[in-house]
Amino acid sequence: MKFTRFSGLLAGSMSLALVVGACGGGSTPAPSKPYIAIVSKGSQHQFWQAVQKGATDEAAAKGATITYEGPASESEVDKQLTMLQTALDKKPAAICFAALDSKAATQKLQAAKDANIPVVGFDSGVDSDIPVTTVSTDNIAAAGEAADQMAKLIGEAGKVAVIVHDQTSQTGTTRRDGFVNRMKEKYPNITVVAIEYGAGDPVKSADLAKAIMTANPDLKGFFGANEGSAKGVLNALKEAGKEGKIVAIGYDSGQQQIDAIMSGVMAGAITQNPVGIGAKCVDAALDAIAGKTLPKNIDTGYYWYDKSNIDKPEIQAVLYK
Amino acid sequence: MQTTKTTSRSRMQSLVKGESLQRFLALGALVLLLVFFSVISAPFRTTENYTSILVATAVNGVLAMGATFVIITAGIDLSVGTTMTFCSVILGLVVTNAGLPLWLGVPAALAAGALVGAVNGILIAKAKIPPFIATLGMLNVTRGLAQILSDVKPIYFEGTPQFYDLFMGKSFFGIPNVVFIMFGAGIIASLVLTRTVLGRYAFALGSNEEATRLSGVNVDAWKIAVYSVAGLFAGLGGILIAARMTSAQPSVGMGYELDAIAAAVIGGTSLSGGVGSIVGTIIGAFIISTLTIGLSIVGVPDQWKLVITGVVIIGAVFLDILRRRRSA
Repeated sequence: MKFTRFSGLLAGSMSLALVVGACGGGSTPAPSKPYIAIVSKGSQHQFWQAVQKGATDEAAAKGATITYEGPASESEVDKQLTMLQTALDKKPAAICFAALDSKAATQKLQAAKDANIPVVGFDSGVDSDIPVTTVSTDNIAAAGEAADQMAKLIGEAGKVAVIVHDQTSQTGTTRRDGFVNRMKEKYPNITVVAIEYGAGDPVKSADLAKAIMTANPDLKGFFGANEGSAKGVLNALKEAGKEGKIVAIGYDSGQQQIDAIMSGVMAGAITQNPVGIGAKCVDAALDAIAGKTLPKNIDTGYYWYDKSNIDKPEIQAVLYK
Repeated sequence: MQTTKTTSRSRMQSLVKGESLQRFLALGALVLLLVFFSVISAPFRTTENYTSILVATAVNGVLAMGATFVIITAGIDLSVGTTMTFCSVILGLVVTNAGLPLWLGVPAALAAGALVGAVNGILIAKAKIPPFIATLGMLNVTRGLAQILSDVKPIYFEGTPQFYDLFMGKSFFGIPNVVFIMFGAGIIASLVLTRTVLGRYAFALGSNEEATRLSGVNVDAWKIAVYSVAGLFAGLGGILIAARMTSAQPSVGMGYELDAIAAAVIGGTSLSGGVGSIVGTIIGAFIISTLTIGLSIVGVPDQWKLVITGVVIIGAVFLDILRRRRSA
């Protein structure tokens, strides 16, 4: 009796999974269209949803099938590796991969190379020669731009702090280093007094930012190196009553940052081109499948945006809400 | 009947004594930490900072209170973090998307939490699924539901400024209201735990579930009640965190259950059940925030912060084991 009930429940849930999976969109590609497996960092954040949109639209336009998946949070390196393995097992024509940890995936990427599956890196690169190209933002230059803008706004002197999402992914380290090194090289009178890691959680980042403000009452500026960190900075300024008194510079977009820029609480932010990243990585994958040689890096560009240019069409095209 | 009552009372007394020791130790540890950081760091001993610590403890404190009830029954609730997120999304749906007033949204969020808790309780009491598995399953369910209902996008409360004012406004002593709400919830939780039948049965279930069942207590019903309470507090946590972020963020919340359980354990709640207090839990929650903020202000690198916090948690559990060995 119990066994029958159990197997009935198991069969039921598996059928449910199949139905939901079928409704959710193709996992079995049509044999004629090339199938590209995209393993991203997740779809939790709207940035990734924009990347997904770019990839999906481009695949539809160019006649390719894709699957787009990622782990539940950007710290789940192991889950992402499992997804990468699953993607490999599906024998795709190409794989697009945004590494959470730039070193951890090397073995699996080697397996892809051995199976003649081209790997296109996107967003965060991988520490290896295996990817045929990496489609990404030049985060070092972008963060450097943020540093230049910050310096301009605080008169090239004073204390600033950085809230980053993590130090294990390339986006975390390159944006942090891009900002900090630009300050070191060009602005000797600016000190980066603190760098804290808030995992992109807007509340945890807010608490860390408040601690930094407490430790440095004469702080002049905050740089939030991704959307969650920037939201944390904004929340902290609001809670501490320091809106408008400390210069805030963010990254990517989202409703909260856009509103803050319009109201003046945030001086401006760096936006990447998430839709472009998605589209270009599909294009690069298709080129790789066709055997074309690709440049080592495909720069998808970044923009500084603030109140003065936020309404321009090229900026609006890359922002997400 | 009478013999059982007397035995359980003297048992309670010895447990309470051991529990008071742990609570005393926890309070002592908190005071020590506060004094330590205040002495070595001038910025730490500002009103601004102490207020920050109070605010940083609000959400975790509330989640931990709910978890305390569950842990006292020798159970565990791994879903408090994602249930918090789920309830914040419910609040967003009701207030922002449906445009309904706050006084409908807040109870809706609380009810959603209690409902999730009740499901946990039913799975554990009726379907006999171990609490770890049942709540782990619900962790995923509420997480998925939060994402489905919000379409994986944040829901903002910009159109309801009174939400932020109500919860983060500074009505007294320049301290945001969430802090008082946390303490208020703590008083209620403590009264429920120590003065009501629910509380008494929670302790009984944790000390000796079989004996409680044999005494004629409807163990299943009270288990469901306890988990519903945990869910209710997770709902309150969801409202508070939504206030702090002025939005419901479906991607936030995983991992919050660990801080909640840590706070309860540091404060003297035993994972094997039968022992615990709300006061201890609140102290435990403050220890965690004080450590995190204090170490930030002093400039300890992130990695070391994690190690130190972990050591503190292990130390607290170790003390708990020592104490129980002594009283056994």
